[in-house]
Amino acid sequence: MALNDHTAFVMRDRNWHPDPAAAGYKTTVLRAPQQALMSIQTPSVSERSGPDFGAMALGGNDNDLLLNYRQDAAADGLPIGERIQVFGRVIDQFGAAVSNTLVEIWQANAGGRYRHDMDSYLAPLDPNFGGVGRSVTDAEGWYRFRTVRPGPYPWPNDPNSWRPAHIHVSVMGPSIATRLITQLYFEGDPLIPRCPIVNTIRDPAAVETLTARLDMPRSRSFDCLVYRFDIVTRGALQTWFENA
Amino acid sequence: MSPLNLKQPRDPASVYLPETPSQTAGPYVHIGLALDVAGLPEREHEIDNVLAEPEAEGQRIELAGVVLDGAEQPVADILVEAWQADANGNYVTEFAFNNVFNSFGRAAPAADDAGHWRFRTVKPGRLPYAGGIDMAPHVNLMLFARGINIHLHTRVYFDDEAEANADCPFLNRVPPHRRNTLIARRAGDNPAGDPRYDIVIRLQGPEETVFFDF
Repeated sequence: MALNDHTAFVMRDRNWHPDPAAAGYKTTVLRAPQQALMSIQTPSVSERSGPDFGAMALGGNDNDLLLNYRQDAAADGLPIGERIQVFGRVIDQFGAAVSNTLVEIWQANAGGRYRHDMDSYLAPLDPNFGGVGRSVTDAEGWYRFRTVRPGPYPWPNDPNSWRPAHIHVSVMGPSIATRLITQLYFEGDPLIPRCPIVNTIRDPAAVETLTARLDMPRSRSFDCLVYRFDIVTRGALQTWFENA
Repeated sequence: MSPLNLKQPRDPASVYLPETPSQTAGPYVHIGLALDVAGLPEREHEIDNVLAEPEAEGQRIELAGVVLDGAEQPVADILVEAWQADANGNYVTEFAFNNVFNSFGRAAPAADDAGHWRFRTVKPGRLPYAGGIDMAPHVNLMLFARGINIHLHTRVYFDDEAEANADCPFLNRVPPHRRNTLIARRAGDNPAGDPRYDIVIRLQGPEETVFFDF
């Protein structure tokens, strides 16, 4: 097989990403590697390629968290909480659309409780809310979810640590080199600057890029508010074609 | 004077967008990416740890592993993603649930697995590398968990591919004393009769696994 993929990517700026060993987030202390990462100057097909999810069969409500865990549709049950839409574009660092890429989200319910066997927070589960969604971006890189705004919740780090309201967001991009998992925060949340996990990011400008903005013009009258969250993956570079 | 008045940006990098920064996948990553481990009902199709169906070409294997933290304790909430070539050394880039082989999969330990995870797959073929010497068979892994602020990239090679490993131009760039951290050991057969390979990934310590930046 010849090298069939000549795409390389803008190098990852690891000073912009969170510090892997940020002692304020205590779990990193035993989990952050201590050796330097080994740099690969000549990435191979293994690093440049990745799965394309454009042909993946998704369920009709996979991106609608208001409906995809409804226990009794006939009883008109809907999740409790503030109805919102979260939408945005996945683009690369040069502004090119990242189409057909898988965007997956998960979140707590409006009370700050996750539907997970390991979450025992005293806020109740919502019988009509699962908290998981997935979507594949369209040709222009757009994605969209409908959900409820998650609640903040306490977690065992400092004696009184609270996570700001957030949605976990996973995006694949065109290669395993562009793979990314992050968290979406909501503008105006006073817990953002107090959060040890947010504060693993050194540059406040980087935190700003994780803060979804209220999109009032697109908000639906008597239905839901809309938040905009664009995701930027590493820029694709065309490299010289080598006769291998 | 030129009719054009082009101004070059002072800093070319300033006209490009910064990549969205990473944040930890957290302890509840399973709700989104491994629903059964969270105790959620699965949707009609899920990306799981079975890369190869029985009819897939090649030697069926089980790749089993555990990730240890700096206190040598298993990371029970790890989520592992695999990206590997098929038995002929080709990546199947078009993921589909009805493929007999997908190059991509996900594994996460269940609550009673003590941090152990496994992929059911085939032994990947050799892969080309710049310079014309093939890379030895390997599986690329990505690790996500609470306390890991940006996911980790590593590779797994196979101990019964000694000759290919010795020639592998990629593996040969890893300092010799750390290569062993990337090599899975043949460990008998799994209950289905497939050869099993074990890998221990250490996040810290004298035998810390090699993690890559690319």
